[in-house]
Amino acid sequence: MRIEGKKAIWNEYQKEIADDNYFYVRSCVRQNFFPGSETAFLKIMRSELNKDVYEHPCHTSCTGIGYHSDIVPVETTMTVVARQFSIMTEAGYENLLPSCITSFGLYTEILDTWHHFPEIEKKVRRQLKKATGREFEKPKNLAHASDVIYKFRKEIAAKAKYKLINKNTGEPLKVVDHIGCHYSKMFPSKGVGGAEYPYVLAGMIEEWGGEIIDYPERRHCCGFGFRQYLVQANRGYSVACSKEKFESMKPFKPDMIITNCPGCPMFLDRWQYVINEMEGKRYGQNGEGIPIFTYEEVAGLVLGYDPWDLGLQMHQTNCEPVLDKIGIDYCPEDKYNLEIKRSYSEKTNLINV
Amino acid sequence: MSKHVVVIGGGVAGLEVAGQLSKAGIEVSLVEKESKTGGHLNKWYRLFPDRRYSSEVMDYLDGMTQNRGIKLLTDTTIESFNRNRSHFSLITNEGKELIADAVIVATGFDLFKSARKEEYGYGIYDNVITSADLEDMFRNGKISLTDGISPEAIGIIHCVGSRDEKAGNFYCSKLCCVTAVKQAIEIREKLPESKVFCFYMDMRMGGAFYEELYREAQEKWGVSFIRGKVSEASETIDNKLLIKVEDTLAGRPLKMKLDMLVLMAGMEMSAGGKKIAGMGGLNTGENRFFAAADNHFGSNVSNIKGVFYAGTCTAPMNITETISHARSAVTEVMDYLKDGEK
Repeated sequence: MRIEGKKAIWNEYQKEIADDNYFYVRSCVRQNFFPGSETAFLKIMRSELNKDVYEHPCHTSCTGIGYHSDIVPVETTMTVVARQFSIMTEAGYENLLPSCITSFGLYTEILDTWHHFPEIEKKVRRQLKKATGREFEKPKNLAHASDVIYKFRKEIAAKAKYKLINKNTGEPLKVVDHIGCHYSKMFPSKGVGGAEYPYVLAGMIEEWGGEIIDYPERRHCCGFGFRQYLVQANRGYSVACSKEKFESMKPFKPDMIITNCPGCPMFLDRWQYVINEMEGKRYGQNGEGIPIFTYEEVAGLVLGYDPWDLGLQMHQTNCEPVLDKIGIDYCPEDKYNLEIKRSYSEKTNLINV
Repeated sequence: MSKHVVVIGGGVAGLEVAGQLSKAGIEVSLVEKESKTGGHLNKWYRLFPDRRYSSEVMDYLDGMTQNRGIKLLTDTTIESFNRNRSHFSLITNEGKELIADAVIVATGFDLFKSARKEEYGYGIYDNVITSADLEDMFRNGKISLTDGISPEAIGIIHCVGSRDEKAGNFYCSKLCCVTAVKQAIEIREKLPESKVFCFYMDMRMGGAFYEELYREAQEKWGVSFIRGKVSEASETIDNKLLIKVEDTLAGRPLKMKLDMLVLMAGMEMSAGGKKIAGMGGLNTGENRFFAAADNHFGSNVSNIKGVFYAGTCTAPMNITETISHARSAVTEVMDYLKDGEK
């Protein structure tokens, strides 16, 4: 493996990421899957990086799951997305910041479609006006939330309390980065590092002290792929996809997995439990699973946030092996202590309208 | 007074043109950007279909051009190209002006940069090489992995950068299939214990003796030909290459572990050619090669009177075709100079 070859590709795929004043649109499912992640993101952006991140309670699903499941027609999806843009326009923002990879992919796809077929954009504008009386401007900048954390990875490193280093050996933690399919596989130029060797998470890991593992099934889907999971009969295929990845990464002895998609951490986390139940197999070291994290959770850990404030107790594959390797100070007894009010010390105005 | 022709490019076509013109009594200046002539021929060890040494062709071309009074300008590029009524004025990178009655463009081709097919990992994975790299190994007498060991399982991917919409090249480079067949045989000759797999879209064996070579590769050398485009390559923990491909004849996906992967890089309009096209106002086609005035009876003729094309600057072609094309360019130039159509 020659890292200079990858660096050449990474240099080719750099995108413009807005510096401040973001209109944040949440994911439909992340707050159920990993409830601390979006909260941690807002805290990092606002309290650590002093950025203006605006949320509006009236934004809706982008319909991505329905669209990719062939339930919602594309014109309906486009009109719903146009409504999101109109809310952003009304709020006076131009930099759209989706939390969800599928939303990011969908917004990218729609903007590209409108670029190539302006008559469709016109039609959607008419439909939105007719249905809601709304008008909109297209975003000047579209970046996924992981792009923004990537952009500010050095600033986060400068404030870091911990590094992704094994405190006992002094060695970097071995990290598998798993990129959501809708991040750059459809539009490589819209993702940091492109589609084949994405750098968005690798850049964070490098900066925070870890070492990225390149394993053969790195590009393979996590197993979420909506139709694989939503259609009950396909769920065997879903778990088989995850298993394919675990089998492939296991020889590299990863300490952890980092992801930037709503579904990937969910499935890589839950299916490890299922595979263990079905076959008695575990893929981590010392008979444990491989802990999975969202990039916001990893950023939060590095910054010294309490693991249980980050919601790591919601992970089915225990995260403690990684916490212990890094030497993070945490209270094991508090993991499921519902008496403790989970909140950050400073006030964060999460919905600022 | 003797006429003066400037030939841009000292590869096979340029050398043949220069030699034939000087044989006919024309004063020739041959401009070559590298320090020696021969172009891609210098990089190839043996040639298809008869596997003769490339040095034999080089010897012929040297014989054509040596001691004929050809003014050879190596390490030279053309930086300015203008037509002034009856002649052309070309300024070199050293500021020298060349005045010519006619110009022959023989700027050849560039090999497709295989790193652009990111999914194959050229420049990233240790044992992913190109057809040109393999020729280097043949020349040095040893086919080996980066750790010095001989490979046992070798995959050859056809059409790298050719017939590929994603790479922006719709055209067929024409020579890669037969190059793959030739190289597969040569690997088996040198490494009899090895297994060689060719992954192809179509086998385009359109030249003389190509089909025979293809048959020999299968029957005598046991090369496996699998119809399917490799979708990705990656590196395993034991430094092998894992490829994914759909075997479209068997109708199922295939995963295979290999020691070495050879990419059959296609042909593209050369960077030097693009520069000349821009400076000289010469037309290029959809495939970005120089566009001939007529595909049937004017393949050497450009859109500018007095400027002619020779060889692979107009389209992929093999050495036989290149030499024929160069000779026909000479015929066009001689007619032009004789008729005085300026």
